[in-house]
Amino acid sequence: MTMEPKRTDAASGKSPATLYAEREQRIFDAIALKTPDRLPTILFSHFWVGHYSGMTCRQTMYDYAGLKAAMIKAVRDLEPDSYYPGQNMMAFGPTMDILDYRQLEWPGSRGLADDVPFQYLDREYMTAKEYDEYLLDPTGFMLHRYLPRVANGFKAMELLPQYPSVLHTRILMSVQAYANPAVREMFQTLIRAGEEMQKMLASADEMVVELNEMGFPLGNHATSHAPFDVASDYLRGSKGAMLDMFRHKDKLAAILERITQIIPANAIATADRNKGKYIFFPLHWGLDGFMSPVQFKTYYWPPLRQVMMTMIEQGYIPQVLWEGDCTSRLEVIKDLPPGKAVYMFERTDMKKAKQILGDTVCIRGNVPVSVLITGSVQDTKDAVKKLFNDCGDGGGFILDGGVGIPDEAKHENVIAMFETAKELTY
Amino acid sequence: MADQKSKLIQLISNMEEEPAVSLAKEMLDSGYNPLTLLAHCREAMEIVGKRYEKGEYFLPELMLAGEMLSAIGNMAKPLINTGEGPGQGKTAGTVLMGTVHGDLHDIGKNIVTFMLDINGFSVVDIGIDVPVDTFIDNIKEHNPQVIALSGFLTLAFDSMKETVEAIEAAGLRQGRKIMIGGGQVDESIRLHTGADAFGLNAMDAVNLCKGWLPA
Repeated sequence: MTMEPKRTDAASGKSPATLYAEREQRIFDAIALKTPDRLPTILFSHFWVGHYSGMTCRQTMYDYAGLKAAMIKAVRDLEPDSYYPGQNMMAFGPTMDILDYRQLEWPGSRGLADDVPFQYLDREYMTAKEYDEYLLDPTGFMLHRYLPRVANGFKAMELLPQYPSVLHTRILMSVQAYANPAVREMFQTLIRAGEEMQKMLASADEMVVELNEMGFPLGNHATSHAPFDVASDYLRGSKGAMLDMFRHKDKLAAILERITQIIPANAIATADRNKGKYIFFPLHWGLDGFMSPVQFKTYYWPPLRQVMMTMIEQGYIPQVLWEGDCTSRLEVIKDLPPGKAVYMFERTDMKKAKQILGDTVCIRGNVPVSVLITGSVQDTKDAVKKLFNDCGDGGGFILDGGVGIPDEAKHENVIAMFETAKELTY
Repeated sequence: MADQKSKLIQLISNMEEEPAVSLAKEMLDSGYNPLTLLAHCREAMEIVGKRYEKGEYFLPELMLAGEMLSAIGNMAKPLINTGEGPGQGKTAGTVLMGTVHGDLHDIGKNIVTFMLDINGFSVVDIGIDVPVDTFIDNIKEHNPQVIALSGFLTLAFDSMKETVEAIEAAGLRQGRKIMIGGGQVDESIRLHTGADAFGLNAMDAVNLCKGWLPA
């Protein structure tokens, strides 16, 4: 079934600049817990945007011009109040090829079909014995140990000087490492990867400028993490981090404290580069059922809150995606200054979220993925209206899918979702 | 002996890994019957399972319990005479378990496998990214009463549907139940895939199997 988007905003006769201001205000109002003129929307999608333009997952990861055109088509058709740029979530294919990247499997790489999304490989990237090394010198650990495990292109980092211990004339002697053939080759590879990434980012920047001119504000400027997820996903592996709660609890606590200090810097620098304030946090291990309430209050929430507060105090706006069902966490995660962040929920009970968080945090979500993928247009409209009734009261709510728009969502359902929101006025 | 038994069960079920593994080693070193020791471990796992069911334990505890079981099993198994198997007594039924094709996620599958195992089911875990034909071959080989399809990604919905359809087309559906599980499944997805039931967590899977295969 095909359904033509109505583009009612474009048909209103308002200028792009006016529409831009209206859209931006709608999102500002929702975040500030004020009442906007109508239900605000965000287009947050991974591969659906490519699918909507007939691209496979692989094409979306490799074809910068194609992805840019697909993003622009989706945004113009759906007329969201804000959008996430697809590039910084997907267009990594060529750079990963150059680096021989090992943390993801992606379409067309080692065995995955062309129309399957990339998937993270949950492994132990730092052993339990390496806690002390990380704690002593995180940068040295990242350079000499971690990066070579993440991509073969970084392998020769192992050969670089141990800088904290290299001083005075030893600095001069240490530069011999840069003439090592493996190190030379590594830097050549990194230069090629860097040039490739600059091409990708240039394409993304062009898209943002074009969409700005068409009246669409960018809704995401950087990505950050919960410290426990860093320890779990990116260092110890999920199994390692869970076992460390028993086997190495002091070291786990120490590394979380260190990560909490370290982690805001890159997101803040990236947001500044992109001239915006919205920092996205995809959360993985904090949901109900994964860890106990006590473990959540010990290992997960305090470091995450600290990272968010570091950003909030500098004027940035965390957009936190609470994956899964986090209904039992609501009372704990309410502890933030009002109107300074957005909580996105996948399966959390939105009525309860509104009741508990309504005076603290703007909530966002969560048209069920099952409706968008298997339901009808009417099912989708009903789901949007139900959400508006359940948690739209007084504002403080932004419409989105559960984890954005699922890759396999029916096109007509996504169109219906955004069009229904435009009809829901306050 | 009885003291050692209750102490071991207590240590394992209270997540005291090092003392539990040391005591098990001590018991085996002094000639304790390895099969009896593994039966104690199973008793401890039942307590762990109940605490998980009651919301006292969560995934980290299940992971650690699995580690303890594996460490003790590795010490005990070489001491078991051929012909006696630690899997003896598993009569509740056979479950074939796999993550459907295109999806590489395994944590949910592993936890469900572990919980089914400690609840007395014999689980044949055929891994991740499992092609439809591999499910069919394993159904023929193991004749499971329950087929469990796992998937975290939304693409898994169609892979589950294809797998269910292929099982039907091969004439292997009758007399078996198919359950699906993973991050985003619900009743609409169950209908979409044609499965008999869906579950949101490991206890759902155990309860479904217990309902279908009463002891």
